[in-house]
Amino acid sequence: MLDDKDRIFTNLYGQGDFGLAGARARGAWDGTKAILEKGRDAIVNEVKASGQRGRGGAGFPTGLKWSFMPKQIGERPHYLVVNADESEPGTCKDREIMRHDPHLLVEGCLIASFAMGAHAAYIYVRGEFIRERERLQAAVDQAYEAKLIGKDNVHGWDFDLYVHHGAGAYICGEETALLESLEGKKGQPRLKPPFPANVGLYGCPTTVNNVETIAQVPDIMRRGAAWFSSIGRPNNTGTKLFCISGHVDKPCNVEEAMGVPLRELIEKHAGGVRGGWDNLLAVIPGGSSMPLVPASQCDDLKMDFDALVALKSALGTAAVIVMDKSTDIIRAMARISYFYKHESCGQCTPCREGMGWMWRVLTRMAEGRAHKREIDMLFEVTKQIEGHTICAFGDGAAWPVQGLLRHFRPEIERRIDQYAANPHPEPVRAAAE
Amino acid sequence: MSVRRLAPAEVQPKEFAFTAENLAWAKQQIAKYPEGRQASAVIPLLWRAQEQAGGWTPQKAIEYVADLLGMAYIRVLEVATFYTMFLLAPVGRKAHVQVCGTTPCMLRGSDDLFKVCRNRIHHDPFHVSADGDFSWEEVECLGGCVNAPMVLIGKDTYEDLTPATFEKVLDGIASGKPVKPGPQTDRQMSAPVGGATTLKTVKA
Repeated sequence: MLDDKDRIFTNLYGQGDFGLAGARARGAWDGTKAILEKGRDAIVNEVKASGQRGRGGAGFPTGLKWSFMPKQIGERPHYLVVNADESEPGTCKDREIMRHDPHLLVEGCLIASFAMGAHAAYIYVRGEFIRERERLQAAVDQAYEAKLIGKDNVHGWDFDLYVHHGAGAYICGEETALLESLEGKKGQPRLKPPFPANVGLYGCPTTVNNVETIAQVPDIMRRGAAWFSSIGRPNNTGTKLFCISGHVDKPCNVEEAMGVPLRELIEKHAGGVRGGWDNLLAVIPGGSSMPLVPASQCDDLKMDFDALVALKSALGTAAVIVMDKSTDIIRAMARISYFYKHESCGQCTPCREGMGWMWRVLTRMAEGRAHKREIDMLFEVTKQIEGHTICAFGDGAAWPVQGLLRHFRPEIERRIDQYAANPHPEPVRAAAE
Repeated sequence: MSVRRLAPAEVQPKEFAFTAENLAWAKQQIAKYPEGRQASAVIPLLWRAQEQAGGWTPQKAIEYVADLLGMAYIRVLEVATFYTMFLLAPVGRKAHVQVCGTTPCMLRGSDDLFKVCRNRIHHDPFHVSADGDFSWEEVECLGGCVNAPMVLIGKDTYEDLTPATFEKVLDGIASGKPVKPGPQTDRQMSAPVGGATTLKTVKA
């Protein structure tokens, strides 16, 4: 288990004060000026050396992303935009950072913005996080008051930080949709290229990072890349916030080392699978977009990027949704399909039409009202959606269905047989009765 | 995606304008964005307008915000219909209850919370209860999955619900003595029930 001294988010559960005094006692804002004095390149190189990969789902190396920004500030200003539109089902980690440790995020914004030559940053918080937004705004106000950020601050880098919010659209977690939304439009993703590092917010060079990614940066700089990369294994370094939800005895958030065994995560922190480990049916390892992993592959599973890719799934946001044997797995996945139907932005035809189609077929399959040939047809349709849309939403909606078909085809067939044998389990009352 | 239309003309108020306080607040918001980019403030302003209008967004509020920001009506209308937190028809006076029904909440029993809504508020979502105090809807993931099942009422979330504790939450709002938001079981925010397994050596 990870040592407490190696944890970054030491106020994860809100036991202590979220404000500046509490944050300072926990080590935030310590030596920030010295970090900035190292210079832009040194910071980017340190983050590169730490091996940190983005914590928002895609796992893109942070330092590399930062290095795509123009080296010199030209006529167009640079922007940092923090993606706090946390809406992936199963995920509730950024919420804890914003309401319980917001100063780590504020400090991270300053360091990251300095490293990319940005004098302004926006944090885009999902609309439903109203109290979290208030907390974050309070922390930003405290930082302004203490001259930690703002014009002529003690760190010598003019920096303005603004809290912005959305209004309930999952798609705004996609970086270009987020930028559209921040510009006051519908959140519909843009075609790439051009990438945001060239043409982002207001047509200016922009980098979009996840909350957890940015909030880890001050500690990486303070404790050094070597410390961060000593946790986990190469290409999968550092600590990670895991959210364990679903059929466990004690659902919880916890910060653990990258690569922690799934079984340890569930049994040590979340009180174990309801009814014991043998009662496990499947887990969704990284938020609803990621294909499920059946129990047979869970015994020795290590929770990191590469181990999960080897199982044709992915770490995503590290939100573990546990399902025990009482779960109606087809209905559970049909509900995820409904989520994607609801959240599709409607821009690309395969996604807009495909999401509703997949949901309707899965809903029938959950009752057994389907033909077996439709299973292959459904798989075919997921393949026609995947990779044929502007953004990765289409992929993220197709993968969970593919995961279901890959691992639970016999269950779907069994249910179809059951329905075929008794098509009307609740007989329709005749009018004469 | 879903098709969302404005409420019929007979329920739309005749006019809308920010209170002096909200107008001052709106000017501060607009100042957060660079010159000429005031359209960025459209979501925060619409949200404030919805709060002022009693929890839903009338057509006049959309037009008012458009005028304030120098945007075409259609641009603000498409924002109001795209983002599902803008409710386009009147809601319950005391509360509009948003129940999360996405898979993590479903696994922890959100189906039973919908039953409570159907029995107590109205059989169908987006319908105001007989006394006019409540309305409800099913929403997608509210982002508190380790505290499932959960609901969002106004600005606050109520988490770790059972049908019985959910009834208590609604009773509290109905009687004007709301219960404390957050987890409705004995637990510290998102820590495991019975106490955290980590951070024991860290002084709060």
